[in-house]
Amino acid sequence: MNAVRVNSIIKTYGKKKEITALQDISFEVKPSELYGIIGPDGAGKTSLFRILTTLLLADSGNATVDGFDVVKDYKEIRKRVGYMPGKFSLYQDLSVEENLNFFATIFNTTIRENYDLIKDIYQQIEPFKDRKAGKLSGGMKQKLALSCALIHRPSVLFLDEPTTGVDAVSRKEFWEMLKRLKEQGITILVSTPYMDEAGLCDRVALIQTGKILSINTPQGIVDDYKKPLWAVKSPNMLQLLNELKERNEVEDIYPFGEYHHLVLKNNIKREELEQWIKQSTPEAVTVEAVRPDIEDCFISLMKN
Amino acid sequence: MKQFLSFIKKEFLHIWRDKRTMFILLGMPVVQIIIFGFALTNEVKNSKIAILDYAKDAASTSLITELDASRYFEIDKNLYSYDEIEAEFKKGKIKLALVIPQQFASDLQHFNKAQVQLIADASDPNTANQLTNYATAVIMDYQKRITNDRKLPYTINTEIRNLYNPQLKGAYNFVPGVMAMVLLLVCTMMTAITIVKEKEMGTMEIMLVSPMKPQMVVIAKAVPYLVLSAVNISSILLLSRFVLDVPINGSLVLLLFESILFILVSLSLGLLISSAAASQQTAMFISLVGMFLPTVMLSGFMFPIENMPLALRIVSNIVPAKWYFTIVKSVMIKGIGLHAIWKETLVLTGMMLFFLTVAIKKFKIRLA
Repeated sequence: MNAVRVNSIIKTYGKKKEITALQDISFEVKPSELYGIIGPDGAGKTSLFRILTTLLLADSGNATVDGFDVVKDYKEIRKRVGYMPGKFSLYQDLSVEENLNFFATIFNTTIRENYDLIKDIYQQIEPFKDRKAGKLSGGMKQKLALSCALIHRPSVLFLDEPTTGVDAVSRKEFWEMLKRLKEQGITILVSTPYMDEAGLCDRVALIQTGKILSINTPQGIVDDYKKPLWAVKSPNMLQLLNELKERNEVEDIYPFGEYHHLVLKNNIKREELEQWIKQSTPEAVTVEAVRPDIEDCFISLMKN
Repeated sequence: MKQFLSFIKKEFLHIWRDKRTMFILLGMPVVQIIIFGFALTNEVKNSKIAILDYAKDAASTSLITELDASRYFEIDKNLYSYDEIEAEFKKGKIKLALVIPQQFASDLQHFNKAQVQLIADASDPNTANQLTNYATAVIMDYQKRITNDRKLPYTINTEIRNLYNPQLKGAYNFVPGVMAMVLLLVCTMMTAITIVKEKEMGTMEIMLVSPMKPQMVVIAKAVPYLVLSAVNISSILLLSRFVLDVPINGSLVLLLFESILFILVSLSLGLLISSAAASQQTAMFISLVGMFLPTVMLSGFMFPIENMPLALRIVSNIVPAKWYFTIVKSVMIKGIGLHAIWKETLVLTGMMLFFLTVAIKKFKIRLA
């Protein structure tokens, strides 16, 4: 049995259903899988999570979580899932300990009962247990929210953009915590706009404007990328971009860090490429063949 | 049950940690009672008057002394010509002028009839009315005294007795009014705001994805405000009894029972508003415009309902405070029992059931 099964979900907003948030989404998540929903802002990630956590009703299609229907059995689902919304949603005027205690009681459990599950995470914020939640730093808020979402040992954990607005070190720690939770048998659905985090998931669904572009393991997605990809750099990056855009051989070119990533229609040798770039751009150009990452795949899928 | 208690405890913590709001909620009734009791009063006390005495005889002097001695008036100025009167009124210091014509005493003695003139500043009609009434009463008293030893052919004496409030104290009217107002503000507005706040902060989103029943969330939020209101009622009753000397003539138990009924009506109204409002501002606006103003205007506390046009009289029936105001006045001031106010009690009970049913029906178990 799949931990989460989503079948042809469509969700629209507005009186005349003029805004489409999700267009015919289907996917499945296996038990104790760390599943990433990767996509930019406005792709429909939050709508999807709210439908799965029984907070919103889909226009059509159906979904189950832990074998329960999200519409019919919403009460069952609410007992067994953990949900961490994108916006920090704990009581700011309650202390760290009071928040955790409160959520434990609401879910009919105690901190002691499931302490082993949250121990790694909670230990880091325990020195501040008397501090008001509103006065914590971004990373600590995230840890507290995760502790609260975990305190009742959920079978499926929904994390909506948990690392947005969190510093690089805390993000790394956060993903390590998720890996450990997964080992405890908890299925985790996590959404993120950061492509570099996709590689940390078991499987990812790339989502854009309410449509799933591709579902695969991170490695599988990269392996599917068959086109020749080059990184180019020159002292005048904007000019380089504009000029290469006009060439027939070029399928796509886009800024990528300090380089431009250049997608060609056909395989050519490095010398050949250097040659024809020099024809239009007299300045010194560095050219290197690169391996694609998830972001390149995403951009390529988006263009199709 | 443990969930429910823990939720209530959390709610108390919210209130306790927001000290400013808590002091406003607990201090408001005290301040209102004191302001209404000592500052905002429409009772006439020591009004300044001017005297234009053309007679200056024994009779006029003793009449003036009589006026000055009463607690309603204080003689501000003695005038010497008719033209000065208007000038004095324009200065705005005096509210009333008494003109006594020449030969006042001799007219009284020889013709058995004399005239005095009262000139009032009627830019405030109610005060002018009251002042002339009081002045006339004082003058009549004086007349009665000097005619006491003589037999008059025909006289009708009106003897007035003001039942339930012999001293015509304003407090007898505003204490019930303030009770209705405070309970409505604390219960309706604060309950509505606090639930909408959970929506606004996003905490409702988490609460919904939990085994806690949504109705429980809402009811648990109302409990602390019920307690706060009980504290407020006690402080209002204590203040009015021991500071303003307003007696509780009827049964205290009945009064408290009716107050709790009204609190429940207000709380369910607050719950209803919270399910309709999306932001704290909207909730506050609906509570103030939709509840507070009708309570002040249409409960009979500020303006008598009997004098209103038919349409407003009909509308006033849907204002819960109107019924509560009548109940409190009957029980507290007139000292009558449930047999006389069962109709009002029934109306409030009906309102509570209606609002509570609609509020729970309308409560959203999902976000949209």
